[in-house]
Amino acid sequence: MVRTYGTRIPNLPKRELSGHLIVVEGADGSGRTTEVELLREWLEIQGHPVVDTGLRRSTLVSKQIDRAKLGHTLGATTMALFYAGDFADQLENKILPALSAGSTVLADRYIYTLMARAIVRGATREYAQQLYAFAFEPDLIVFLDARTDILLHRAIAKYGSLDYWESGMDLSLSRDRFESFFAYQALLKKEFDWMAKTYGFQRVDANRTPLQVHRDVKALVAALFGKRVRVEIPGETPPRVTPEPEVSGLGSVASGNS
Amino acid sequence: MTEAARAAPPSDSLSARGRLLVVEGLDGSGKSTQARLLVKWLQSRGYRVFFSEWNSSELVSGAIRRGKKKGLLTPTTFALLHATDFADRLERQILPPLRAGYFVVCDRYCYTAYVRDTARGCDADWVRNMYSFAPTPDKVLYFRVPVQVSLDRKLASREPISYYEAGMDLHLSDDLVESYQRFQSALRRGYEKLVTTDHLVPIDAAKPVEQVLTQVRSEVKPLLAGFPKMETLVHG
Repeated sequence: MVRTYGTRIPNLPKRELSGHLIVVEGADGSGRTTEVELLREWLEIQGHPVVDTGLRRSTLVSKQIDRAKLGHTLGATTMALFYAGDFADQLENKILPALSAGSTVLADRYIYTLMARAIVRGATREYAQQLYAFAFEPDLIVFLDARTDILLHRAIAKYGSLDYWESGMDLSLSRDRFESFFAYQALLKKEFDWMAKTYGFQRVDANRTPLQVHRDVKALVAALFGKRVRVEIPGETPPRVTPEPEVSGLGSVASGNS
Repeated sequence: MTEAARAAPPSDSLSARGRLLVVEGLDGSGKSTQARLLVKWLQSRGYRVFFSEWNSSELVSGAIRRGKKKGLLTPTTFALLHATDFADRLERQILPPLRAGYFVVCDRYCYTAYVRDTARGCDADWVRNMYSFAPTPDKVLYFRVPVQVSLDRKLASREPISYYEAGMDLHLSDDLVESYQRFQSALRRGYEKLVTTDHLVPIDAAKPVEQVLTQVRSEVKPLLAGFPKMETLVHG
């Protein structure tokens, strides 16, 4: 690589970058963060240096974005551009140097989440695509696809409530947070389904346990590195990282502190 | 603006009610002085006027200031942060008075970004798309001056030439003044192109202030046709 989605960034090095860019996308509660941890562990054991990155972590603007969210002060277009600036800062100052150094960059979400959020808030797909056309094309995009009812239960099990932003309350879809959560997730899902086709996501069924998901993801990553992966027998000793408490669907008992 | 490239509410109905006039040009072209005089003139004639300057959103400009101070900005992040600031200014300051039927005068608009970001090497289409949410103004006055005039006025003022204003981040020259001249020349070429592509109206701003004023007023007058004064809005 490095190929972008159409627009060249000024000052981009002309030489090839030796590292790999792997993106893990999925809604909150899709098990994304857990999978990123498991994958990082696994890659490092294989001898790949890993640099991980996520959204809203840039030194440039992440603080201002947090402040803006607290006060709900910025409009939809402004927020979309602010996030794009934050992403660009990480792309140029973190992802690019890591790829140049030959590391594997593991991205816990990428432009796709940002695009989906902007689109459901009124941006057109074309606008969002053009805005992020400077982003590098990943070598692999893993999409952890989970049903909304499962996302709901995982959110409640983890936080005991539904987050304002993850429920899309700023969209005024419903004054009821529970209803808003379902409506908002449905809107996002529509955009993710479109992007899955457009950008070639590798869809992984995330309605299952973290270890089942991890096995599928490992196979995808191994294929990228041209390796054969050992098929694990269910019940085998899990990797050292502790997976998040498993919620197996509608029948589970939610525990939380509110 | 195309139907497809829109991130903000529709703009078509906006200018039907208010008026949007933009002043553009190099630093030291006298555009801000003229914009202020124009606002006074319109107010004195009984029009409802709103004046908006670039770089006035506190939250975003905080991030920009910090980035500039620490030298963290690349052409891409510079472009995105200024677009963010512009979007905030548009959503918060420009659109409400425009929709309420005001005569809005903007000191710099998306055209500043077009010339500045492309001079820094950003892709021109990418920059235009970024700003496609901005309604097209009724008129854009371009205060045309030779780069030397811009520099002389800048040097005569107490305000020092800033690092980014001089395009020092592009490493055109180690000398601040020389870098300023080269960067501003690139901006000027950008503006000249926009005269053709975006119908910017050139104003010969190297002339004495009174003559520039006359040019500005004669360009603004046609926009006032059918535009109601305050009394008619209140009583009629």
